Amino acid sequence: MDIFLQQIVNGLTLGCVYAVVALGYTMVYGIIQLINFAHGEVVMIGAMVAFTVITALAGSGAPPVIIVLAGITAAIPVCMATGYIVERTAYRPLRNAPRLAPLITAIGVSIVLQHVAMMIWGRNYISFPQIVQFTPYHITSNPNGATISNIQIVIILMSVAMMALLLGLVYKTRMGIAMRAVSQRPDVAGLMGVNINSVISFTFMIGAALGALAGVMVGSYYGIAHYQMGFLLGLKAFSAAVLGGIGNLGGAVLGGILMGLIESLGAGYMGDITNVCTLDKFLPGFQSLCEANPNSSFFGSNYKDVYAFIVLILVLVFRPQGLLGERTGDRA
Amino acid sequence: MTTPLLELKNLKIAYGGINAVKGISLTVNPGELTTLIGANGAGKTSTLKAIAGMVKTASGDVIYEGESITHQPSYTIARKRLSLVPEGRGVFPQLTVEENLAMGAYIRNDHAEIKTDVERIFAMFARLKERRAQTAGTLSGGEQQMLAIGRALMARPKLLLLDEPSMGLAPIMVQKILEVVREVAATGVTILLVEQNAKLALEVSSKGYVMDGGEITLADDAKALLTNPKVREAYLGEAA
Repeated sequence: MDIFLQQIVNGLTLGCVYAVVALGYTMVYGIIQLINFAHGEVVMIGAMVAFTVITALAGSGAPPVIIVLAGITAAIPVCMATGYIVERTAYRPLRNAPRLAPLITAIGVSIVLQHVAMMIWGRNYISFPQIVQFTPYHITSNPNGATISNIQIVIILMSVAMMALLLGLVYKTRMGIAMRAVSQRPDVAGLMGVNINSVISFTFMIGAALGALAGVMVGSYYGIAHYQMGFLLGLKAFSAAVLGGIGNLGGAVLGGILMGLIESLGAGYMGDITNVCTLDKFLPGFQSLCEANPNSSFFGSNYKDVYAFIVLILVLVFRPQGLLGERTGDRA
Repeated sequence: MTTPLLELKNLKIAYGGINAVKGISLTVNPGELTTLIGANGAGKTSTLKAIAGMVKTASGDVIYEGESITHQPSYTIARKRLSLVPEGRGVFPQLTVEENLAMGAYIRNDHAEIKTDVERIFAMFARLKERRAQTAGTLSGGEQQMLAIGRALMARPKLLLLDEPSMGLAPIMVQKILEVVREVAATGVTILLVEQNAKLALEVSSKGYVMDGGEITLADDAKALLTNPKVREAYLGEAA
């Protein structure tokens, strides 16, 4: 039971990060129907910039909270600028091109950003300085039981705050209504006096700011950063966005959290499920294996990266519009 | 001689080598309801889209309030209080009725006035008030047309361009919509109305242009056009 609780806590934390990244994918998709494959790299750049700032300040003796905040404050504008420049130079010239062209461009931009990051930060894993003391809190009375750490709590709280702010922005403000109007009928939005290009730029920048935060969170959670870290993270978050229903903000949150839980529980239990002695009870031919090596399993937690893509395939086969996929109420 | 609010000078529009509008000139005087009638494919919609900056003009000039707006993007033109209600209504299907109206007032910042204007629109179209929290995509065609007109009025336009407001509506709704157009005109908004329903359009208008094959073939007072034998035969379905 404690292992289960622990996996839930870990899954929720991871899921919150996925959700924040998935929101970046889904916002851009919602407004210009483009899968911005370079979004994972924006997350990576956020982690890298924060890493640089935090490393530089780590010896300064400033309070850890201030140092982390400084890292975030530096990462957000850098990522927003990256998002803006990418949209302006790579996607905008292809706005009216066939959809395959911007999609392939996005993959190209992703590769370019990875290699720019490699040139700046090198090709080695770099470790985040552990300036914040890791403190686990027990969530059950069992002294060896499940815990939640201070970092996990901050990640979850920050993610929830970000999601709430974003939903407020999109559903309550004038800019948010304009964003939704542009996503539905860009030509008509222009007739209302909306500068479509500014709204699209704004959307990219908001998505990138979320990506920056996610980068800082994932960097401090795992304690490491790498120029290719955005690739897998981006694909998982993209899968999460598809699971929830791409283009749907609530769907991105739901998909992200589910994806985190699936990955965490999958990693935690796949070893038990595929243990040779367990399999022996259902299938013939495992008896000798079980006797020889009772603790061996076919799959272990090292398969954790597979679940996102299994989910992606299942969603695309059985429910391509995603869990909360938007049904259009348009009958005009 | 009043200065026209809108003036088209030898306007040409081409789509990939096909000339949709072949050099037309027309004027819309302030406070008047002018109509542009003609068959399908005559270039009426293209003309309106060019005025609002939605399509590029090949040559010629669009003069609005004495200033050329020919090559300006649609959003800067909209900010000059020139509103187009596009063909097929163009409501935002997943926004609510209220949000659609808020989009209409996007260029304005006078929040208190915007609120009174929303109430004014709801007074004009009681049906919209009942459905204020519904998404626009769930409205009937006539309700969507009311919403599209209401949304355009939210910008407090000086010039309102209406593209086939009666298209695809039941006859009773056509009457209602044209009644609204007349009411709006009576409040002092200058209107350029494009219609296939020539008879109704000419009845509510003071001046009319007839367009055919990308050119303006007739221009006269609306009353005169109604009795013009050519118009009666070609557009009103009556024997000359």
